[in-house]
Amino acid sequence: MGSSVLSIIYLIGSVTFILGLKMLSKPDTARKGNLVAAAGMALAILGTIFLYKSDDGHHLHNYGWITAGLLIGTVIGVLSAKKVKMTAMPEMVSMFNGMGGACAALISIVEFDHLIHSRFNVNQLLSTAGEQLIIKMQKLLQARLEDGAGSLNFSLDTNIDMRGHLLIILLGLIIGAVSFAGSVIAWGKLNGRIRDFSFKGQHYVNLAVMAMILMGAIVLVVTVNNQVDAAVSAGTPHSLLSFQLLFYLVLLCSLLYGILFVLPIGGADMPVVISLLNSFTGVAAACGGFLYDNPVMLTGGILVGSAGTILTILMCKAMNRSLKNVLIGSFGNGTTASGTVKDHGTYKEVSLSDAAVVMAYASKVMIVPGYGLAVAQAQHACHELEKLLEDKGVVVKYAIHPVAGRMPGHMNVLLAEADVPYEKLLEMEGANAELPTTDAVLVLGANDVVNPAAKNDPSSPIYGMPILEVENAKLVIVNKRSMKPGYAGIENDLFFQPKTSMLFGDAKQVLQQLVAEIKQV
Amino acid sequence: MEHILSFFHQHTELIYIVILSVFLGVEVISRVPSVLHTPLMSGANAIHGVVIIGAIIVMGKAEQDNYLALILGFLAVILGTVNVVGGFVVTDRMLEMFKKKKH
Repeated sequence: MGSSVLSIIYLIGSVTFILGLKMLSKPDTARKGNLVAAAGMALAILGTIFLYKSDDGHHLHNYGWITAGLLIGTVIGVLSAKKVKMTAMPEMVSMFNGMGGACAALISIVEFDHLIHSRFNVNQLLSTAGEQLIIKMQKLLQARLEDGAGSLNFSLDTNIDMRGHLLIILLGLIIGAVSFAGSVIAWGKLNGRIRDFSFKGQHYVNLAVMAMILMGAIVLVVTVNNQVDAAVSAGTPHSLLSFQLLFYLVLLCSLLYGILFVLPIGGADMPVVISLLNSFTGVAAACGGFLYDNPVMLTGGILVGSAGTILTILMCKAMNRSLKNVLIGSFGNGTTASGTVKDHGTYKEVSLSDAAVVMAYASKVMIVPGYGLAVAQAQHACHELEKLLEDKGVVVKYAIHPVAGRMPGHMNVLLAEADVPYEKLLEMEGANAELPTTDAVLVLGANDVVNPAAKNDPSSPIYGMPILEVENAKLVIVNKRSMKPGYAGIENDLFFQPKTSMLFGDAKQVLQQLVAEIKQV
Repeated sequence: MEHILSFFHQHTELIYIVILSVFLGVEVISRVPSVLHTPLMSGANAIHGVVIIGAIIVMGKAEQDNYLALILGFLAVILGTVNVVGGFVVTDRMLEMFKKKKH
């Protein structure tokens, strides 16, 4: 009875995930979709706790531990999710993702331990003599049968093939560990604790580590039956020590690979990597589904895995880059960017009051928000400036590049927080169509998404990426903290063009001062 | 080879589910507006937290004297819960702001 109810619960869970994901991809149903998926998840978790029965018909135990774990996790989850600033959202998502990956890897470790000792537990029940007898009889019988009938198969239950099981455990371990380590590095890079790092031949080191993981996994899967058999006939699990060591070596290499894989990637490519790691964790969760014959883990994991992959590809398309380019390309730009420093000429500065006058007397102003806006938490000040200009009769719009900031849609989330009306946000195509009729563009801490090199410098690492063509406007005011190149480490010709003036300073302070100045105009 | 085939045979239903889910996942989010990329990523992130069910099973099956399973299982339950709860709450927070200004 309980098991059939649980099957139905898992079915409902799977359906809510599909529905939730579907609703999440439309603006008007997104919030409800999230709640639907959350409700399905809660149902599946509760159902598992109370109704799950293992193969031998036992209910779960250790309820105290489970409840404690759930409580601690919920408190940490809710607190961190409520406290996190909207600007720090990308690193938060990355961190949560890493925890899912770690969870999958931990499950694999425990299941591995369980798998290689399971034969011992079975065999401990049988006396050694009885075990030997069964094996001898089995061999005798099998020889007889093969001699006589030739094609009859005969096997005893104690001779379970562990390879398929181990393969899934290893997949969960490797993917989970790569996702965990990669997400932690991504988190560190997004909040500036970890710098971009690449060295010569990194690509080859990565390949070598990956080869080691693959080889280790293959050896483990191929030899598991023999190793355990040998240990069982020796009567002690100690001879499995080197086998276990190899397993943990694979774990270590996977962690290392996750680190090496994300370290050199930077700039506008980070969102793509986070999305990719997200779909990795989905696949790791699906491995758990295989392990426990659990359909809701399987569908949940694979849905996220495939949807995440598509999302990753959509993001790559938005930047006109291939996934391969994102993953290996960054490696090339680390070496070329430092090699070809061009002379960009000089830039000119504009004073706050001049900028204020220009904007107050413009008929159309376009604001281009970038990561500088996010870092400075300047979204509210920005909205204030926009309202003030609107009151003076200036048409103000925002030009949103799909990958501005550190995550796709990052700017939309930020401006939404500050109550900026929907209809003022233009997507890239719409903005580019309106830029030629715009009097003044205010770029707030964006660099790569307005870099004309993407259009006219084939040697640039961002060549081919669609950008906001702000140079088509009559005047461009760029707010940055300094002339240092942006996140991707690429100089921007735009800043040196005669149409462009620089307005240095923290985005929030500059915006507040602009507001004060415009009030006096 | 034979083992691979028999493994495939044993898990036919699961493999069907996997393949159909792949198509479903692709189909479900084939055309998302870029405004929703972040919440969608974050929501999907919460959904793969379903791995917590595995953690609960590991924890619930662990023997009282198997400290490795108990400790790792406990950690896995905590991490999985943070992933699920944090993911859904953060996504809701983001989407709440989207809704507010739609009037």
